[in-house]
Amino acid sequence: MAKPRVALDIEIPSDVKYIEQVVELATRECRELHLPPQKCSLNVPVALSEALSNAILRGNRNGKGKVRLRAVIKDDSVVFEVTDEGQDFDMDKARVEPTAENVTREEGRGLFLMHRLMDRVEHMYKRGNTVRLTLLRE
Amino acid sequence: MSFSISKQGEVVVVDVEGQLIVGNRQELKQKVLDELERGEKKFLIDFSQTGYIDSSGLGVLVSLSKKIREQGGELRLANLNDDLQTLFELTKLDTLFQISDTRERALESF
Repeated sequence: MAKPRVALDIEIPSDVKYIEQVVELATRECRELHLPPQKCSLNVPVALSEALSNAILRGNRNGKGKVRLRAVIKDDSVVFEVTDEGQDFDMDKARVEPTAENVTREEGRGLFLMHRLMDRVEHMYKRGNTVRLTLLRE
Repeated sequence: MSFSISKQGEVVVVDVEGQLIVGNRQELKQKVLDELERGEKKFLIDFSQTGYIDSSGLGVLVSLSKKIREQGGELRLANLNDDLQTLFELTKLDTLFQISDTRERALESF
């Protein structure tokens, strides 16, 4: 069993303009690992984009502070950790399943998408929120 | 990432090049609202050159569909690739929008 490898460890300012570039770096790692194409073109970019925008807009409240992204490659999985410097929040409470009744809402799909597109989503709090997204390599 | 706007007959066609995400969704929204304010009623958003869309981008599409409908207009979407089709199905937005396989079919559907 190989030792986990830290493929990315980046800190960005709390500004959504950085999301696309950071997501591109993470997606490139996925392609180099030869993960299934849709994991690289849909699951990782969308789930990561959601985690980063949550960290910037909700965690750090679009203000001061940094957001850190770590990507760790393991034998059986790729793990992304997004950490902000904000207050603790209840991720499960904010998650809304789409239904025919709420399909016209303009917000509230981010957490649902993270859960649907990743194999595991965990939330931890220690001087900031960390959202850990795990994608199995299968 | 950019948005280009052209006119095909009576239809305003918006091409989304690159990603539609939290960082650029307002730009798309404003461009379409400007056209709506000018009196345009028929809109087609073409995703043939689009990478991925996040929840903020999806939210803007929902918002635009409401605003266009409020003004008596119509919005169609075209050229969703397999990833985008999956995204719309997961979020049930495939039930909200009229989606065509090609730009031509979308234009004919008005």
